[in-house]
Amino acid sequence: MNRLSWLHAWLMLLPALAMLLAFTHIPTLTTVWHSLFFPERGGAPAEFAGLDNYRMMLDDTVFWQALSNNLWYALGTVPTSIALALAMALWVNSKISGRTALRLAYFTPTMLPMIAVANIWLFFYSPEIGLFNKVLALFGHPGINWLGDSDWALPSLMLMTVWKEAGFFMIFYLAALQSLSRDLYDAAALEGAGRWHTFRRLTWPLLMPTTLFVLVNAILNAFKLVDHLFILTKGGPNNASNLLLYYIYENAFSFFDSNYAATLTVVMLALLILLALLQFGVLERRIHYR
Amino acid sequence: MLHKGKHLLAIGLTSLAATAAQAKTELTMYYPVSVGGPLTKVVDGMIDQFEKQNPEIDVSAIYAGNYNDARVKALAALKGGQSTQLSVMAAIDVHELKDLDAIVAFDDIVETDEERQWLNSFYPALMENSQVDGTTYGIPFQRSTIVMYYNKDAFRDAGLDPEQPPRSWDELVSMGQKLVKKDSNGQVERWGAMIPSTGYPYWMFGALAKQNGEVLMNSAGNETYFNKPGTVEALQYWSDLGSKYKIMPQGTIEWGTLRQNFLEQKTAIMWHSTGNLTAVKKNADFDFGVAMMPAHQQLGSPTGGGNFYIFKESTQEERRAAMKLVRFMTSPEQAANWSIATGYMGVSPAAYETPELKAYVKSFPPAAVARDQLEYATAELATHQAGRVRKLLDDAIQSVLNGQAEPKAALDAAQNQAKRILSRY
Repeated sequence: MNRLSWLHAWLMLLPALAMLLAFTHIPTLTTVWHSLFFPERGGAPAEFAGLDNYRMMLDDTVFWQALSNNLWYALGTVPTSIALALAMALWVNSKISGRTALRLAYFTPTMLPMIAVANIWLFFYSPEIGLFNKVLALFGHPGINWLGDSDWALPSLMLMTVWKEAGFFMIFYLAALQSLSRDLYDAAALEGAGRWHTFRRLTWPLLMPTTLFVLVNAILNAFKLVDHLFILTKGGPNNASNLLLYYIYENAFSFFDSNYAATLTVVMLALLILLALLQFGVLERRIHYR
Repeated sequence: MLHKGKHLLAIGLTSLAATAAQAKTELTMYYPVSVGGPLTKVVDGMIDQFEKQNPEIDVSAIYAGNYNDARVKALAALKGGQSTQLSVMAAIDVHELKDLDAIVAFDDIVETDEERQWLNSFYPALMENSQVDGTTYGIPFQRSTIVMYYNKDAFRDAGLDPEQPPRSWDELVSMGQKLVKKDSNGQVERWGAMIPSTGYPYWMFGALAKQNGEVLMNSAGNETYFNKPGTVEALQYWSDLGSKYKIMPQGTIEWGTLRQNFLEQKTAIMWHSTGNLTAVKKNADFDFGVAMMPAHQQLGSPTGGGNFYIFKESTQEERRAAMKLVRFMTSPEQAANWSIATGYMGVSPAAYETPELKAYVKSFPPAAVARDQLEYATAELATHQAGRVRKLLDDAIQSVLNGQAEPKAALDAAQNQAKRILSRY
């Protein structure tokens, strides 16, 4: 009987396992394998490269720039969008009139496709005809070449990303807030705790599981969402806004160098695994699950 | 016995149906659109007409985004074993498509003398990116040059003669300075000129280099000349337009929004693909003109745009059918329609002899500027490992326009890296 239930369990797991193997684990392994070869040329079989692709990567200034851009990008977008998401959730969770409309308004950016949004923001950012410089002009500012200035290109991308992401994370916070027990708040009120104190000692700790979930997602997105680059900057000017995944795409599909793209992918995967371990390892212990 | 007879009949009928289905050759082609306007409808219309004339050929034409997307999709379809017999892809992809062993030469498909003649019917300047070592791999379809669009109203406003656009680099600067308009706070309301520097900076730079008497690479595509003195000077001039002469905004200028800038009169002059001509004509609510770009040592523009390629993975029958389609799409009548609908040039001299295009050019002379400029045109930057090499030059240009590097240093670095990449070809 025991053996039968084991068998039963494995059979139940099989479909999901097969999918995971076919679309996640096997491709990961083949990516590692591909990264050890030189690109094929004109029908000749691929030549074994050992770690040469990795050496080439270490010498590749564009790779280092894309990597550092990506870290800045994560640092710039993740905390901001989480803070904003939490603030919006707290607000639309309170009893105010028109809050359904407000919730919808905050969620709208999430519903729009990234490419469509980027096409609109391209015009917002346009120096001469764009919305942002028109607003700046009201204050007598000469305007900024948002996407065309190497100092502003990456921050401009960050701004749009925060706008796009915050509403999505807000939904998780809102759901979590609504599941919190009123009793705790009544007790806190009875003890005479102020609003800030209630938030810091009650709401924030109780929201930690959600924060971890959102944080993991936000960091992943900072590395894997590059749709807007295709429209807004194409990584330019001079790689000022190039991100790792976009650079991988360029290598694979503009340069036809799928082996070097595989090399970069391996590095990116390692980085993401490291970040995930770090988050779960460090934060998990400090989170209170009920 | 009866039973057996029925069986045979069934087999006979099935094979008959099979031959009937086979007799209809099916073609799949991908094509890109990289300028504004509802061009997919135009292509669909042309394909419909072709199918009506050739009922034995069934074409599905698939719009595939910009040039890069189209190439990726076509090659992915080939790799995935889906049949794709022909595609429109960037003319400059030719070396790489050859390196990938993906395309077949038209010289190997043509059979009759008349067909061989057809290969020579296009403008020679357009064939520079279509032939390698005298063999034709691409047939010009949506081809362009860069032209100079200028706002005649702005010229009048600045006290300039609207029929005399700048003809030299110096005139571009002096006229540009007059065309810059500032408001009472000293903020620029209208720039003198804009040359786009995202998307295809190397293309615009090809024009400036040629105007200064330099080309960017050899025709075999295994050598680049990024740091010739004339080329460095050309980049210096481009950068000076913004930083020294202040007739152009500093930093990079977005390809995608430039046309809108011009239409909203935020710049008096723009350099852009002639493929935008019809869209500008439809949307400009001011008097505009089109001229050749100014000269320094000489006039010059690279050609640009897309060619038809036929893929190796196809039967002889499919290749012949594909060539029939290509011949139709590039025939003088269709080329004339296409040119009128888009602004791309008619690809052969015969196209400009058709009554339609003749009448159109007469009523709208800017339509002939791209053609007239062909005489001074050069090939667009096309090399082996084109994506990498192009990016080296693009990055160098953008770093200079952003004031991060000096032209000489940036182009030296790009040249050295390009040389290393191309050393094995």
